[in-house]
Amino acid sequence: MACFLVPGTEAIVTTIVTAVVKHKENNLKKANVESKDISEKIGTKFSTKLGWLNKMLWGGSALLAFEHIWHGEVIPVFPFLTAVKEGEVGGMLSEMGTAGVTMAVLVTAVWIGMVIVSNAIEKRQAENENTGEVKA
Amino acid sequence: MTLLITVFAAIVATLVWYKKAPDNSMRYGTLALMYWGASLMWLVDAIFEYAELGAEFFTPEAADMLNDSYLGLCVVALGLIIWLVSLFIKDPKGIIRKTLLKKSV
Repeated sequence: MACFLVPGTEAIVTTIVTAVVKHKENNLKKANVESKDISEKIGTKFSTKLGWLNKMLWGGSALLAFEHIWHGEVIPVFPFLTAVKEGEVGGMLSEMGTAGVTMAVLVTAVWIGMVIVSNAIEKRQAENENTGEVKA
Repeated sequence: MTLLITVFAAIVATLVWYKKAPDNSMRYGTLALMYWGASLMWLVDAIFEYAELGAEFFTPEAADMLNDSYLGLCVVALGLIIWLVSLFIKDPKGIIRKTLLKKSV
């Protein structure tokens, strides 16, 4: 019905968060303050990692929105959602609360997994570099 | 079928990204993440549908399967179009900029 609206809303929030984090990272760079996060010293910035989540959420929501247009659940005229037009708001909200929230949670959980793995790889690389420096 | 076709598109995009990495000038990573995002969302949809229909979920009507396959292909095409537009806007190789500047001179 309108489950894609939940990850779509999350995408808006994470995009704003990414912009704020990026701004802070740039300010820190200008002030020459080194980040305490070891993975950020040698690896990918946190704003870039948030970008992965944004791409999954925006891409997924856009393609799901297309599917809803295909099935006639989203219409090009006000109120844009067939469920609202036909007075099935309760059912729509219920679907958003179950399938929509699960979609957003699953995508975020996969992203958290990606961040944990990339942090672990970067940390190991940093430790190897430190060990190499000590040996040299 | 839509889920299956999107998962295959995600796998292909990921393999292309992996082959070209660390060169990200074609932004294959963006394409792969988009398809993975959609695949995860359709997976949730499929799980909810399975919970509702049970084993019937795995034996769809031929017409439904055809319609879902057609939708899957359209979704892949739309994903490629979104990726292409984002690639041209970001223009990491500066090709669009160079072409436009050449024409205006």
